[in-house]
Amino acid sequence: MTASTAAERTEQTPPPAPARPSGDPARSPLSRPGTRAVVALVVPVLLVVLWWAVTAAGLFSPVQLPSPLSVLEAGTDLAARGELGHHIAISAQRVLLGFLSGGLLGLAVGSLLGLSRWADALLAPVVGALRAVPSLAWVPLLILWLKIGEESKITLIAIGAFFPVFTTVYYALRHVDPHLVEAGRAFGYHGLRLLRTVQLPAVIPAVFSGLRLALAQAWLFLVAAELIASSMGLGFLLTDSQNNGRTDRLILAIILLAVIGKLSDALLGLVERWAVRRWA
Amino acid sequence: MTAVTTAPSLSSPASSAAPGQSTAHDDGARTSAGTSSSLPVTFSGVGRSFPVDGGTRTVLRDVDLTVAPGEILAIVGASGCGKSTLLRAAAGLDQGFSGSVLIGEEPVRPHDHRTAMGFQEPRLMPWRTIHQNVALGLPSRTSRSAGAEQVDLLLELVGLSAAAGRRPREVSGGMAQRASLARALARRPGVLLLDEPFGALDALTRLKMQDLLLDIHAQTGTTVLLVTHDVDEALQLADRILLLGADPSDPDRPGATTRQVLTVPGSRPRDRGSAELAALRSSLLEGLGVDSHRH
Repeated sequence: MTASTAAERTEQTPPPAPARPSGDPARSPLSRPGTRAVVALVVPVLLVVLWWAVTAAGLFSPVQLPSPLSVLEAGTDLAARGELGHHIAISAQRVLLGFLSGGLLGLAVGSLLGLSRWADALLAPVVGALRAVPSLAWVPLLILWLKIGEESKITLIAIGAFFPVFTTVYYALRHVDPHLVEAGRAFGYHGLRLLRTVQLPAVIPAVFSGLRLALAQAWLFLVAAELIASSMGLGFLLTDSQNNGRTDRLILAIILLAVIGKLSDALLGLVERWAVRRWA
Repeated sequence: MTAVTTAPSLSSPASSAAPGQSTAHDDGARTSAGTSSSLPVTFSGVGRSFPVDGGTRTVLRDVDLTVAPGEILAIVGASGCGKSTLLRAAAGLDQGFSGSVLIGEEPVRPHDHRTAMGFQEPRLMPWRTIHQNVALGLPSRTSRSAGAEQVDLLLELVGLSAAAGRRPREVSGGMAQRASLARALARRPGVLLLDEPFGALDALTRLKMQDLLLDIHAQTGTTVLLVTHDVDEALQLADRILLLGADPSDPDRPGATTRQVLTVPGSRPRDRGSAELAALRSSLLEGLGVDSHRH
């Protein structure tokens, strides 16, 4: 009996690739990326038009709501003086450092508690209690310990980024299909090799939803940190503008936070798609 | 009813059609796919109890049997009688059993590398291609190129060369189960352990998979322990059939044990309609508590 006859006898016609739930591209114009981008712009453009209309009609005073054009001018003015780029850069740096350190720590601690029963029994109550502390409650202590510098802000952002990652990784690892883990073990995988081969790929999608939550949290805590104590950054621009009655700059800062936050999330989404294609 | 053979039989398998007993000492990938040295399996007084609320429940007790190298042993029994438990003990997946299990001369070790397991579900990693899934079974010291070559050979053996680059969700259940079989063979096991490997497949695919298993057995000569709930499958594939069940003459002792060890006559491939097999079939069904005249 040769291998080829064995193969022939059992060969069957492969089934067609399963239909993707996203549906038939011919049917929905939304599945074309170009169309989607245009559709996505509709509501923002309408909002700007509405904004311009109410300010042009004089419904609000410029201190209450400046016109879109004056906000744009405030932006170009700040940019020309080099302040805007500086505010954005320092905020982005804080978010990036805080997000990376908090996210990596969340990944490590979540993996440890998700994989080891001993670590779970020992540490889960403590981590759960720490999670119950509203993160802003750490601010006075952080300022006391780390002074008003970059460390205290980055640490606060890291605390904000830690818990979403920790929680999703921890629960995802607890719920990896035990059949797959057993199959991995049956083929001699254990410890780090088992983690790399079975458990981590299985939790990649959950890890990324945790990371995206963490990134949103990181921006949240950035503003909190900069509102409380800072001399630069987008959060500082907010308080500074409030104190000086510069509503145009205030709105500029909010729009920048929205746009940059959305851009960073989209960037992470790209990484997620690549990782899912690669591992999951 | 009286047991046909209760004592472990050391006699060579009925179909002594020279199961290709090749050596595993040759180096790696240049040899044919799945070459392995087949090993005997010895169960002595094997039992298993599980703790339950306020006590223990005995699932299996006093199983004594020696499986010859290259033999195909089918393990049948009513569901829940400990067939899979026995298999998991031989795989080193369960350390809680009593008695002893020898693979070759030595006791079974945790996740024993001399055995390989094929599960009822294919249990392929959904994020890996078929090729990468089969490669999971390679011994850990295999070099990358030798491993790839070995996987190619195995995929050819199970007829999946064309599907090598696909993900498990993109292939049929039968193809996935063949990939699972190839993954087990990649380990070059001395003993191949199969836990109802074809149970979830449709009838036609199941027949093809049974033929494939016999081809693989003829090529590799590995010892096979096959748990099945399908009496016809056991009769078609096995040299001997181990029937597990509770001892009706001793109803006070819980737990399944060896009821019969039947030697299946004739060499493979067997005529599925032969009268001799029909008689064995009736006897097996009776042992399983099924009235054979109604089926």
